[in-house]
Amino acid sequence: MKQNPLDYIIPESEVVRNITRCVNCRICEKQCPNEVHKFNEKLNCMTADESLCVNCQRCVATCPAHALKIQKNECAFRENHNWKSDNIKEIYKQARTGGVLLSSMGNPNKFPVYFDRILINASQVTNPSVDPLREPMETRVFLGKKPGEIRRDPDGNIIPELPVHLELSMPVMFSAMSYGSISYNAHKSLAAAAKELGIFYNTGEGGLHEDFYCYADNTVVQVASGRFGVHEKYLDSAAAIEIKMGQGAKPGIGGHLPGTKIIGDVSATRMIPEGSDAISPAPHHDIYSIEDLRQLVYSLKEATQYKKPIIVKVAAVHNIAAIAAGIARSGADIIAIDGFRGGTGAAPTRIRDNVGIPIELALAAVDTRLREEGTRNNVSLIVGGSIRSAADVVKAIALGADACYIATAALIALGCHLCRTCGSGKCSWGIATADLVKRLDPEEGARRLVNLMRAWKHEIKEMMGGMGINSIEALCGNRLMLRGVNLTEKELEILGIYHAGE
Amino acid sequence: MKAGELMKLEGEIRIPSGCAVSAMISKEGRRVSGQKIIESMIPMHERSNGLGGGFAGYGIYPDFKDFYAFHIFFNDKYIIEECEKILKDRFEIVKSENIPIRKIPEITDVPYIKRYFLAPLASVLARLQIDEKEYVVRTVMDINTKIKGAYVFSSGKNMGTFKAVGYPEDVGRFYRLDEYEAYSWTAHGRYPTNTPGWWGGAHPFGLLDYTVVHNGEISSYDANRRYIEMFGYKCTLQTDTEVITYIADYLLRRKGLTLNETASVIAAPFWTTIQQKPQREAARLEFLRKAFPSLLITGPFSIILGFSGGLMALNDRLKLRSMVTAQKGDTVYIASEEAAIRRMEPEISDIYAPAGGEPVIVKVEEGKY
Repeated sequence: MKQNPLDYIIPESEVVRNITRCVNCRICEKQCPNEVHKFNEKLNCMTADESLCVNCQRCVATCPAHALKIQKNECAFRENHNWKSDNIKEIYKQARTGGVLLSSMGNPNKFPVYFDRILINASQVTNPSVDPLREPMETRVFLGKKPGEIRRDPDGNIIPELPVHLELSMPVMFSAMSYGSISYNAHKSLAAAAKELGIFYNTGEGGLHEDFYCYADNTVVQVASGRFGVHEKYLDSAAAIEIKMGQGAKPGIGGHLPGTKIIGDVSATRMIPEGSDAISPAPHHDIYSIEDLRQLVYSLKEATQYKKPIIVKVAAVHNIAAIAAGIARSGADIIAIDGFRGGTGAAPTRIRDNVGIPIELALAAVDTRLREEGTRNNVSLIVGGSIRSAADVVKAIALGADACYIATAALIALGCHLCRTCGSGKCSWGIATADLVKRLDPEEGARRLVNLMRAWKHEIKEMMGGMGINSIEALCGNRLMLRGVNLTEKELEILGIYHAGE
Repeated sequence: MKAGELMKLEGEIRIPSGCAVSAMISKEGRRVSGQKIIESMIPMHERSNGLGGGFAGYGIYPDFKDFYAFHIFFNDKYIIEECEKILKDRFEIVKSENIPIRKIPEITDVPYIKRYFLAPLASVLARLQIDEKEYVVRTVMDINTKIKGAYVFSSGKNMGTFKAVGYPEDVGRFYRLDEYEAYSWTAHGRYPTNTPGWWGGAHPFGLLDYTVVHNGEISSYDANRRYIEMFGYKCTLQTDTEVITYIADYLLRRKGLTLNETASVIAAPFWTTIQQKPQREAARLEFLRKAFPSLLITGPFSIILGFSGGLMALNDRLKLRSMVTAQKGDTVYIASEEAAIRRMEPEISDIYAPAGGEPVIVKVEEGKY
């Protein structure tokens, strides 16, 4: 069939093979799920079709001769700062198909990363820094409501009853990723790591595989608008329940896991027929307003005998402070806010790249508002949406978060190379796939996650010690420990921090 | 324009300080003159740099013990009128006078310093439906945040704070503290890194009858400040002492915690320590830490909290600042250095160094103050 030249999209990447190194072992061919590499019998050499390449770096990493490089394709449209290459390519695609463009993972565009414009303080002279290798350094965090009135028994002793809460060994949790969007082995890695670390992972909205019920004490189960896989056992197999109202990567819309991925256990876990699309509606159809949210919060509390904290997760949108203030009065114990850079298995490109606001600003605005309202004690705050390092964690905590959600960072620890094509189902690293699951060894995956979190914990302690802080609660909301660089007055005002030098 | 005129006053910037603290209290409620406590600061002269000193005395106004004694700094006399209008709207002014001072060359730039003995107007109190102490606290916050150039630095009953920019021993002489008698005295010498610009930043810091003298620079400051400001307190000075005073007021008066419980919040034991405690004690400590995580104070501090009928001394949980205590007869002494205690009582035998986070609570016998 003759190809229409208009349908040819210039590939993003170029496969560069060093012929002097290549030994024609054909490992690249076997490793590439996108069928980029082929052995040409006539020429007796490997060839590549880069139009199929997603730049997942699997072939590069597995080539025993280190003969491969994936580079940015120099073949490009004439330079134009207004009509960028992506704009043009996307128009060709839409003109051909008439469809909505889909993308995976978080917003990759050039918006300011506020974490990179915030610097952390350290002690000098007037007070001592604390050496975490020699002195205790506490990173334990509790999430949930704080008790209201102090109650005492007739002898005057405090009755030490606390509202239900989560205990974390460090202020980081693995954020929601559904079974189906990521593989069985990826889920297993997260669950096992969370257990070993004394933190939590989150099932996402795809139900919970029976094999993982044993991780209940370290599991947060999600109730999203599709209500997939929600049943009594599911709710009981968790330490906390998260109502997903929104997601940073795609605020205002629901989710869509294609029928091709709804097979076998995924179908059983989601409680929907094999091959049917799993569509989560944009809103919860029983929540059209704040008072409806309160009813769902209490329904879930009733269903679990008030033994589990309820998290309400929302995307960071313009009016996030008022929204969070409403949630803080809804009976929820924890609010999770997801910034516009948060990842996703698949989202409409326009939504991912244009909707929502940076988590740093959302967090600062929410923490400030809840304090103004005097309701900050009603809830704990978890933030996610591109927490990339221990420094981001420290900055988020100092801005006012109680803990951070990480997902992309966790996937990278499992091997993700951020090629951003999770939606294809052909993840070469065994993460966002049903076919190549075996490429991810869950034991190794868990070990890598544990290593990553241990490393971050050490770094968090080093930074805390530098500030002379020996317990994480003294860092929470301690904005004086932060200074901005290259920020406007308005940005500083919203973040509630001073500029460096002030 | 002088360079100094561009400088920010304390409150507009945060100024770290090193310090000396000292205190004495008679468990029998015996009132003694301020002379001894002034002298205790002399051997610790090096711990101050002449930019702040102050004292608090309890039991000094027996003739007016039922009235709130407001000590107020005024930048000029027009502000006095403005401020007195607020006071008259809310209180019966039983007595108002200039606080007596001794003119000495060491203390300069003296503001107007007045004291008022006040009784809340019952009619206003009833309308607001709040208790008397809350009423007084709100008035103090209103004056200190809304009237520029007026600053209430003491507001308790039968007690008073006296402070200034200068060395503490000079400040004591300036205020003629040898002429006052108290059953409990606290003192402070300050070593701020910057010029505070005015007298409000000196210690002790007080609210109602709570006063705090403090040595250290707390690293949890902004976490503590942002938390406590949820409950109507306004940290206008940006000092550790101010926020610690508000925390004490909040926990003791508003939440009804005991002194020991308060100490377990602000210098909470480490989790590993809590786990080793007997079950009931562990549950109590765990509850307090989880209930008030944002009131944990980290970084170095030694504080002496004064209140009607007692004192509490407390170090940070790592004991990053020195503090020792001793007792002779019915009198308990607390100071940054042993030398200060020996100056007050040369014949002392047992000097005790409390552990980090271990509160030392001394109370005057009931009915004797």
